[in-house]
Amino acid sequence: MAYITFRGIDFRYGPKGPLTIRGFDLELRRGEFFMLVGPSGCGKTTVLNILAGFEAPTAGEVFVDGTPVPGPRRDRIVIFQEPDSLYPWLTALENVEFPLRVLGVGRSERRARAGEALRLVGLRGHETKHPGQLSGGMKQRVQIARALVLDAPIILMDEPFGALDAQTRIILQDELAQIAVRTRQTILFITHDIHEAIFLADRIGVMTAGPESALKKVVEVELPRPRTRGSAAFGELYEHVHQILSEEVRRVLRREDSLL
Amino acid sequence: MIGGKRSAGLRGLGYAVSILVVLGLWQYLSRRAIIPLLFPSPLSTLHVGLELARKGQLQADLWASLGRILAGFTLGSAVGVAAGILMGASRRVRLLLEPYLHFLRFLPALAWIPAVMLWLGTGEGAKIALLAYTTVFIVALNTMVGVARVPRNQVRAARSFGAARRQIFFLVTIPATVAYMLTGMRLAMGNCFMTVVAAELVASDSGLGYLIFSSRQWMQTELAFVGIFLLGFLGLIADHMFRMTSTRLLWRYEGASGSRTTR
Repeated sequence: MAYITFRGIDFRYGPKGPLTIRGFDLELRRGEFFMLVGPSGCGKTTVLNILAGFEAPTAGEVFVDGTPVPGPRRDRIVIFQEPDSLYPWLTALENVEFPLRVLGVGRSERRARAGEALRLVGLRGHETKHPGQLSGGMKQRVQIARALVLDAPIILMDEPFGALDAQTRIILQDELAQIAVRTRQTILFITHDIHEAIFLADRIGVMTAGPESALKKVVEVELPRPRTRGSAAFGELYEHVHQILSEEVRRVLRREDSLL
Repeated sequence: MIGGKRSAGLRGLGYAVSILVVLGLWQYLSRRAIIPLLFPSPLSTLHVGLELARKGQLQADLWASLGRILAGFTLGSAVGVAAGILMGASRRVRLLLEPYLHFLRFLPALAWIPAVMLWLGTGEGAKIALLAYTTVFIVALNTMVGVARVPRNQVRAARSFGAARRQIFFLVTIPATVAYMLTGMRLAMGNCFMTVVAAELVASDSGLGYLIFSSRQWMQTELAFVGIFLLGFLGLIADHMFRMTSTRLLWRYEGASGSRTTR
């Protein structure tokens, strides 16, 4: 039933570091849009990095389609918060071509597929620009196109809109919602923005405050798509998630106070 | 780019005024000098320079120096880039070579001249070796730093696309390091101009360094100034040409990692 399974994940940095994650369990369904929220420092990004294969858990296991995760694989593409994962010496088109080049796809097919992916994220006409010539929002669009071009079944997004201004963020959320409905990929998305979570997610997982954090609660988002941000149901759900999350945030603040 | 052209013009004018004032002052002071031999005027320097050029000797010295710089610089850069990449990419190689890198980069080529003359004689080989020496460490160090500073997410992204180690090396590490290599090479070019004078002083009968030092022999101070000016101008031109060619051919890689200078 479950497509991706985290089972009893513990994580510590280095052999003697503090235990940042303890007993993290989560099951993702195939094709769902899952949002992970939590107080800052709770290890959301670590969870994503473990699924990506960038970090190995100290204990526990991660399965994709019943197989343990051995390391990075092209069935799980990551979209990073900072656009510094784009290659500044390549044009927007060449950046999107990059995964295909690694795969050994021929030049003309590469061009065609990358061009198509760029059009899908609304970057037609910007193919020959370099990342340095693009705005923050456009760079994140290039990252999305680069993830789409491989048709990977899983997309991992680590606060991809976190560094953008509010207007650009809303536009990109709208576009991502449309793309996600169309491509039916399984998406794990990390954010600390509850609005963003409710607008995009099928389910929202709230993590406890770190260290030794784990999954606290999973909330189903049963709002019809396409969603509007102003509805009463949206507001109720916001209050609900906010309440769960703010308990954890308050725990972080209390601990910081006691340290002072 | 409002006023870009005007500000460039203004800068040129500023430079011209400054240079003319200094030359004028020099001309004036040299006339009042008690022993003109010690303070040749700019005009008499120019005169001697033109005389030398007419005989073809100036050109011969100039090409001799330039040829040595080019050979030593190219050799040193090639070795430096290769060593820097190896040291940046492999911890084992870094541990083996780093002590020598940090020890030798404080030893000027000057200190090696007697030893190099013993080993390689006084021919072209000795001078090219000294110029390569003065190039290699700074290029290696900058390249090594560049390899170490490849943004982690660029490598992680490539890994998530399924790139093999070899692909990451050629498609990510090398292009991300080009800006650092160029920074190292530009600094090394400056070193070469300093070292060539010393190398030609000790063991040569040609080159601008030789020209400068032979002036004492002939009691012709003008000769020294001709050599000094020519070297200065050549350095400026070489630096400018290096920057022009690298921005024209390698501009894609220029801002790659916010290239930083490491001495």
